[in-house]
Amino acid sequence: MKRYYSVLLLAAVIVIIQVLTLITGKAYLLTQLTMSAYYIVVAVGLCMVMGYAGQISLGQAGFFAIGGYTTAFLTTIDFSGKAETGLYRMLDTPGLLITKETLYGDTIIHLTPWISLLAAVLIAAVTAYALGIPILKLKGHYLAMATMGFGIIIYRIVLGSRIFGEADGISNVPSFPVFPGISVSGDFTSRISNYYIAWLLVILGMLLLINLINSRVGRALRSLHGSEEASDAMGVDTSRYKVIVFVIGAVFAAVAGFFMTHYNGGIGPSEAGVAKSVRYVAIVAVGGMANLWGSLIMGLVLNFLSLRGVFGHFDDAVFGIILVFMMMFIPDGFIHTDVIHDIKEMLRPLSMRKKKLKKKQEVSND
Amino acid sequence: MSGEQTLQYIFAGITVGSIYAFVAIGYNIIYNATGIINFAQGEFVMLGGMIAYTFSGFMPLLPAVVLAVLITSAVGSVIESVFIRRMRKTSVLGMIVVTIGISILLREAALYIWDEQIRALRFFTGSEISSVSILGARISPQVLWILGITTIIVAGLFLFFKFTLTGQAMRACSENLRAAKLCGIRTDSMVNLSFMLSAGIGALGGCVVSPLTQTHYAMGTDLAIKGFIVAILGGLGNAIAAVAAGLLLGLIESFSISILPMAYKDVISIIILLIILVVKPSGIFGSRQASSMKDY
Repeated sequence: MKRYYSVLLLAAVIVIIQVLTLITGKAYLLTQLTMSAYYIVVAVGLCMVMGYAGQISLGQAGFFAIGGYTTAFLTTIDFSGKAETGLYRMLDTPGLLITKETLYGDTIIHLTPWISLLAAVLIAAVTAYALGIPILKLKGHYLAMATMGFGIIIYRIVLGSRIFGEADGISNVPSFPVFPGISVSGDFTSRISNYYIAWLLVILGMLLLINLINSRVGRALRSLHGSEEASDAMGVDTSRYKVIVFVIGAVFAAVAGFFMTHYNGGIGPSEAGVAKSVRYVAIVAVGGMANLWGSLIMGLVLNFLSLRGVFGHFDDAVFGIILVFMMMFIPDGFIHTDVIHDIKEMLRPLSMRKKKLKKKQEVSND
Repeated sequence: MSGEQTLQYIFAGITVGSIYAFVAIGYNIIYNATGIINFAQGEFVMLGGMIAYTFSGFMPLLPAVVLAVLITSAVGSVIESVFIRRMRKTSVLGMIVVTIGISILLREAALYIWDEQIRALRFFTGSEISSVSILGARISPQVLWILGITTIIVAGLFLFFKFTLTGQAMRACSENLRAAKLCGIRTDSMVNLSFMLSAGIGALGGCVVSPLTQTHYAMGTDLAIKGFIVAILGGLGNAIAAVAAGLLLGLIESFSISILPMAYKDVISIIILLIILVVKPSGIFGSRQASSMKDY
């Protein structure tokens, strides 16, 4: 039970933030908070891949785009006027089609997003699995470039294909009815419910990952990160676990892409760009690599500030600076898993800390 | 496809291939000295073109190019001494993240110093309309410049690493940094030199190709991945094979345009990368025996 306290705390903070924005009349901030939540889902998924399995992925935006473009493509096919076709009847009978009226009074019949969610998850998982088996045998620079190559392939495909809208992307993506009466969309009236849906997704993701870390898989991953050879020798099927985590990271990214696309009502090729992938890596790096909560908090702070336009023209530069300086000076990240220990350490008298530091140095000198 | 047209494609491929080779050579020099893949390598090419363009506004071309090469070398040296040197103990993952960060910073700096405009250095001889006829194909004299300078650089590097004391010391560093240090080689300055050298070569490449392919502040990322494909194709650490691999990739890309849409040009080269990485990470010219000793 103890491991879920932090999740409960997160839930409380989410509610408090919502109430605060309501009281201060700054409900417009919820839009950026919702979008940050979806980016956080990508970041915590990548955190598993980078931090816990120790495998770099510079292609996470590619999986995000797979999720987003799959649903955008599938749910914008208009079935009205195709009522006679066999496909229509096949989809209509189990109630998989949604009829909607547009702004101009035309009716559009489209596929329910539940099907495209399934498709998005499946495509991302299969792609990650097929890609992961060969490339996760690589290490370091080779793996970095291979995953980055994958990201660029996805980017080029969506940018160069007419069915994906080329440089314009796909717009007019319908809303996603999660529960009856509540749907994921950029509608102003449903801002609060969307905020909660997004953060519910984050909480679900966190619960899944926390359980995973504390399971047999998590222990295997930790040994893998420590030393691949050693854990191999201990009988851990390292390549299998690496692929599993890679697939999990990909599915997290694809689900985030799916929700974001329905929330924004569209997706463009920039979501698949290398710059986005680098951004996710930056967030995980600042969060302290093997630290889900660090990724969550830094993901929230950085994405929120970036989406609010606080960095202005220096948006990319800020992420560059963060990458360089974090790695040079604070490679373990700002936020530690054991916050209470950190605070205790800070409160201890300086002389005692110095003594400990000296001891540490002596040990490392040997 | 007529014979002339084929020849035209070949020359186009060689031009693009040479610039990839420039980047790959830069990768190899740093990799040999430090075992690092410098993700900011493409930015050196961009800086070279940009700086030379600025100077060429008020001085002849030759000193402008020389200044661009020198300044970019200095940038490479600063990057090494400020960032890379402090990070000897960092993991490979950390090193990747840092060099990516540096590449973003260089790119953003270029955006603020210059702007988003695409620039082109003036042609070394003649202008954009002058051409030389070779075997019926008409090519720009700049292509000859590119080929000539690539040849000189490869020959120069070969001689430098083979016969000069400094070159030999740098090779010693790549064999075993600690042993080299024990032999009295100043490894720090050798690593620094490797960054200067690869930045300078990248900048020179950026200058020669600028009249044909133009220079843009964000050109580095594409070049970085293409250069890496070439470096891997030739076998990481092998500068001469990199040139052959560069020309090969250039030709493949050039001919792929005649079959597939232009937009998928990069997809093809990256698929080649993935196949090579999976099938033979030591590169097409690498020996299987040597590769079994290495960790990929």
